[in-house]
Amino acid sequence: MAEPLIVARQLVKRFGEFTAVDGIDVEVQPGEAFGFLGPNGAGKSSTMRMIGCVSPVTSGTLRLFGMDPATHGSQIRARIGVVPQLDTLDVEMSVQENLWIYGRFFDLPRAEAKRRAAELLEFAQLTDRAGSVVENLSGGMKRRLSIARSLINNPELLLLDEPTTGLDPQARHVLWDRLYRLKQQGVTLVLTTHYMDEAEQLCDRLVVMDQGRIVAEGSPRDLIERYSTREVLELRFSAGTNSDSITGVHGIGDRQELLPDRVLVYAHDGEAALAEAHARGLQPESALVRRASLEDVFLLLTGRSLAD
Amino acid sequence: MDAPVHTPGTAAAVHHRRTPGALRVLSWHLAAYRRLWKVNVLASFGQPLLYLLGLGVGVGALVDKNTGSSEVLGSSSYVAFVVPGLLVTTAMALAAGESMWPVMGGLKWHRGYHGIAATPLEARDIVLGHGAWMAVRCGLATGAVAVVLAVFPDTRSWGLAPSVLVSMLVGVSFAMPIMAFSVGSEYDGAFAGIQRFVIIPLFLFGGAFYPLSQLPAAVQWVAKVAPLWHGVVVARGFTSGNVDWTGVAGHLSFVALWAVAGTAITIRRLRGKLYP
Amino acid sequence: MSTNFLRIVPTAYATDSFRVRRPQRMIERHLVAYRRQWLIVVSGFFEPLFYLLSMRAGLGDLVGSVSVGGKAVPYDAFVAPALMASSAMNGAIFDSTGNVLHRLKYARIYDAALATPMGPADVALGEIGWALIRGQLYACSFLGVMAALGLVQSWWSLLALPACALIGLAFASVGFAGTTFMRSWSDMDIVTTAMMPLFLFSATFFPTSSYGSWAWVVQISPLYHGVALVRSANAGVWTTSILAHIAVLVGLSAVALFVAARRLDSLLRK
Repeated sequence: MAEPLIVARQLVKRFGEFTAVDGIDVEVQPGEAFGFLGPNGAGKSSTMRMIGCVSPVTSGTLRLFGMDPATHGSQIRARIGVVPQLDTLDVEMSVQENLWIYGRFFDLPRAEAKRRAAELLEFAQLTDRAGSVVENLSGGMKRRLSIARSLINNPELLLLDEPTTGLDPQARHVLWDRLYRLKQQGVTLVLTTHYMDEAEQLCDRLVVMDQGRIVAEGSPRDLIERYSTREVLELRFSAGTNSDSITGVHGIGDRQELLPDRVLVYAHDGEAALAEAHARGLQPESALVRRASLEDVFLLLTGRSLAD
Repeated sequence: MDAPVHTPGTAAAVHHRRTPGALRVLSWHLAAYRRLWKVNVLASFGQPLLYLLGLGVGVGALVDKNTGSSEVLGSSSYVAFVVPGLLVTTAMALAAGESMWPVMGGLKWHRGYHGIAATPLEARDIVLGHGAWMAVRCGLATGAVAVVLAVFPDTRSWGLAPSVLVSMLVGVSFAMPIMAFSVGSEYDGAFAGIQRFVIIPLFLFGGAFYPLSQLPAAVQWVAKVAPLWHGVVVARGFTSGNVDWTGVAGHLSFVALWAVAGTAITIRRLRGKLYP
Repeated sequence: MSTNFLRIVPTAYATDSFRVRRPQRMIERHLVAYRRQWLIVVSGFFEPLFYLLSMRAGLGDLVGSVSVGGKAVPYDAFVAPALMASSAMNGAIFDSTGNVLHRLKYARIYDAALATPMGPADVALGEIGWALIRGQLYACSFLGVMAALGLVQSWWSLLALPACALIGLAFASVGFAGTTFMRSWSDMDIVTTAMMPLFLFSATFFPTSSYGSWAWVVQISPLYHGVALVRSANAGVWTTSILAHIAVLVGLSAVALFVAARRLDSLLRK
């Protein structure tokens, strides 16, 4: 196996008394698409900022390309691309200027930066907006521009912190398509997300984080198989009676979970579970059988839903 | 938890209460200001006093030493001459600033005006409410300055009280046309230009620090188009005790004309923005 | 420029943070950004000009002349160098406070720069360099206006330009350092409130002799030392006190730069 691009051992990040990242071990191989999955506050962004060499490591070791961020931050950053959680685009400038000026921060010669900018505009499907001021772009376009900008230095590793948060479904799909192309070209992707579907779409391997720790690791399929049943039955009861109904479904399927607005029943066969619920005389306002997802894995591992 | 939080059907009854719309908007401004006033008081009240100390007293010592100047100033001391100018320019600067960025904020950034427009209130209420708010702000700022000035014998005068009222009117006469401009603007880039090319030149050349007659005729003419100088002349009449009532009526009508025209244009423009 | 030029604080992480690589890239960014807003840059020149014209036309007659060191100087010639010095301060402060706060907290330009091989020292030096360049543009054009109005007395006046650069450096550093402590826009009111007394009470509009026994208070104002430098340059009169004025401004710059670089590092690299 090739030398890993990222190696983290017992990585810790503290802000005063608060421990954001609490001793995680991670290895990312070249060409891999790796995800950090977890709710807000799980420590994903802190981890990403350490990997991006803009946040000093509190303790533990972190190596990128075999180098230490504390001493070689600048050299490492020259080889990575970063798409931060909130766009840091230069809203006073045009789309094109954003790209090549950023290239100048990497010390690309001006002509090279401009040539590269033109290519990336094409890649991000923004060529016809090249002269527009960033302020006037839609959310999806801004995100695409952020990704294009992060590629200006031909990075070997791309860090994406919640790349599609706040985008509408269509914009998300366009973005996923672009990221998938990068992956095919051999760019190593490391991303954080709290969207299950995104993790399932993009990641070869992921870790589930909760309260600064890694609680599970594997491919999306692995994790679902290991921690969930094949199907899930979602039952909605009329307002205020949810908690009474959980006793009613007791014993149906492998496991039951009470959420504020619905009851989940984990079962190999969801339809059979629904039939049994009806047979017991339960009258949910609505019922839905679906395939298990990473959301369910997360719920099982942490006892909380990702939305919390 | 199960107590009714929503009782449909009571809204219509509330609608019969009749607080004028502009006053409801004014109370919105007041509520927001309650969190800001401490920092604000320093800026809007401290600055004129510093100017008075620096330009009025400091430069005043140089001016009063120069024997030829008392004739130009109408035999008053330089400080006494500057006081009314300072009150009125304070109101101008305050009202102008508050009618640019905050107005754009209401339309584009925090979008408070859209929030108001979703209630029974209308564009007219927002505009009149802003005008009332500017009168209050200018009254508070210049009133506080006037109270301090009344402590010192050199600047004490009964004319300070009507001068505060004049300052409020001048404040509104700047607030409304500038609000019309702000409502019509897409970007805040031009605001710095208004500060630099309208407000500061008026502050310097508007007759606050020396009689307008010191300046070339063309500059005088330009300065007289704006409401500032008219307000300064009236206020100076009050503080020096030489009130020419027909002059007062003429000057103040001119100032009021700016306020009314600005209000009318702003209402029309804001209506177009809020209910396109 | 040596790559270790600004290695100030020997903390574990700082070796990388304080290395200066290419601050000129920050300036390049501003040049492109201001292409759309050159009017704003140009307009900055007019404020001191308006002051000068107003003082000359309006107050010149009223004041007559001011006695400086026993010599009677016309009021406009007295005020002009002081206005030049204050505009150097104003320009430097506005570039290093409001604009920096915007880029730091709202536009997050520095976050973007730090994701590249650039470091905090590049950002700080780039910003201060930009403030200096802009300040020199204003100073040169103001000096030109003074010459046109017959207020320049000798070739010594050209030394007013480096004097303004020093004023710019000192206030840009102080402004930058102060901005790193700001929480939000409302803190900008503190800046305007603090600049007003400096502007009015630095022997700008009337000589220190007017303060009587309070004259020593004026010395506290850093702008006063700048005004004294520019006035000396314009008059072509040099005394040893010049060295003290220079020392004050240099010392202030050094302390403020140190604070600014440290704070910027801890803000951007949490």
